[in-house]
Amino acid sequence: MELHELSLTQAVDLLARGEVSSLELTKAIIKRIEDTEPQVKAYLTLTGEAALEQAKAADQAREKGQAGPLCGVPAGLKDVLCTAGMRTTCGSKILNNFVPPFDAFLVKKLKDAGMVLLGKHNMDEFAMGSSTENSGFQTSHNPWDLAAIPGGSSGGTAASVAAGSSLFSVGTDTGGSIRQPASHCGVVGLKPTYGRVSRFGLVAFASSLDQAGPITRSVADAAMVLSVIAGHDPADSTSDPHPVPDYAASLEHGVKGLKLGVPREFFVEGLDPEVETTVKAAMAELTSQGAELMEVSLPHTEYALPVYYIIAPAEASSNLARYDGVKYGLSVRSEGGGLLDMYLDTRSQGFGPEVIRRVMLGTYALSAGYYDAYYGKAGQVRTLIRRDFEAVFKKVDAIVGPVTPTPAFDIGQKVDDPLQMYLSDVFTLSTNLAGLPGMSIPAGFSKAGRPIGLQIIGPHFAEETLFAVGHAYEQATDHHLRRPPL
Amino acid sequence: MKISASEVAHVAALARLRLSNEMSAKLTGQLNDILTAMDKLAKLDTSGVPSTNHALELSGAMRPDRARDGLNHDQALANAPDSDGQSFIVPKVI
Repeated sequence: MELHELSLTQAVDLLARGEVSSLELTKAIIKRIEDTEPQVKAYLTLTGEAALEQAKAADQAREKGQAGPLCGVPAGLKDVLCTAGMRTTCGSKILNNFVPPFDAFLVKKLKDAGMVLLGKHNMDEFAMGSSTENSGFQTSHNPWDLAAIPGGSSGGTAASVAAGSSLFSVGTDTGGSIRQPASHCGVVGLKPTYGRVSRFGLVAFASSLDQAGPITRSVADAAMVLSVIAGHDPADSTSDPHPVPDYAASLEHGVKGLKLGVPREFFVEGLDPEVETTVKAAMAELTSQGAELMEVSLPHTEYALPVYYIIAPAEASSNLARYDGVKYGLSVRSEGGGLLDMYLDTRSQGFGPEVIRRVMLGTYALSAGYYDAYYGKAGQVRTLIRRDFEAVFKKVDAIVGPVTPTPAFDIGQKVDDPLQMYLSDVFTLSTNLAGLPGMSIPAGFSKAGRPIGLQIIGPHFAEETLFAVGHAYEQATDHHLRRPPL
Repeated sequence: MKISASEVAHVAALARLRLSNEMSAKLTGQLNDILTAMDKLAKLDTSGVPSTNHALELSGAMRPDRARDGLNHDQALANAPDSDGQSFIVPKVI
């Protein structure tokens, strides 16, 4: 096995036993980056030299017996996470040269755990998109089929983990942006419960929906990463003080006796037959291990799309008001122009079309005369969506179903039809609206060789249940062990 | 027609965006499509249903009223598009 094919768990084990040094491992992944980046284009910023220094420091720390849980493991991070002293663009031209003066809380935790930071991953601009085609810089390619999208907005991250140019990573998910790219790239992606992971330093898109989480090769890897990044942060007032359990211990719980709900509204027209077959086969595997499947109903599923596309853009229009050319980022100041001109020109030139579209939508939904009809109404329907899940979780321990309606589509296929693009999130949106944890795990491939994921959704703070179900499925299958032909 | 061209212009001004005629026209069409897709929300009966604005029932995240370290001057100005070392410089306001 090549070093870039290792899972995080395997890498940590080899490092601990001294069979490989962090310097060797980091050099191998840097080489893998060089080999794969021309085709995958997962990275926006690469910091190889600094990474090698970190790797040496990690090896020294290990010699002194001071190795943290991720000591010496090389990885990149989604470019929406603030990394002190390292360019952070959020995939936007408006932040092309922004260098944060601080680390995001979760980045600090990863660094304290000893990770070696290789660089920052490409993404849809300000996390708005499902394919990375909205990045202000480049489109990333799916390592399994370079003509396919890797998904989005954490597309660069998922592609990098799949390609082995990052041995684990962290993405963010507002409407499906961890789970959907994980599904398309054949890797594990977990969106934790809202409030589980601090949003301090996670550049805000929609503050009541955003959540950062692991994107990894295996469920055990995801548990390891979540253990590092989860936890209360006084600097984030939406950070939940719920104690962090021992996630590793939950892996072997098994599924015997677990009740898994299958929402009938997820199996409707529009669901690709190969996705349906793959997901049903995965459910059959769980049944054979002792889980009990039952049909459930989430009656307001069809309203998740309009609710999300009012609430998220509304919150985004407020969060993105800060990009005004005053304190950081692009600043367009014309000869003889005033303050207003600076605002108008900076924003119009710095934001891409999808960001402009959502800022416009959000501003409209919040404007006088429309607030009640749109934002007010959406908030009420959000309550109904939350109540659907509460009712279902009285009967089942977790929900299983597809992640996306189809396997990854081709690059360029949906870029001119925003509404079509939005439809790729129909199965993931309601999870964010209700603040629940959701995970995508590799469940198979289409005939064309594009990965298909299984989604597992749990009640608040039930990540342990997700890990138990995911790990049990993984142990009996080998989809997560396959590597792209790159 | 859910949103007119003049409403698009008004919203753009609120959002501090300067849109070309071409972009305005395209956006008007796209926004109309998206807003039409939301019509189904209006048909739902939500009388008496409270709005959810927060995913969690958290409130009152407090801390002791004691000063903590923040960014120092140089850090705060490090990304300034224009600065005199003391302040951010912007075009004339008045």
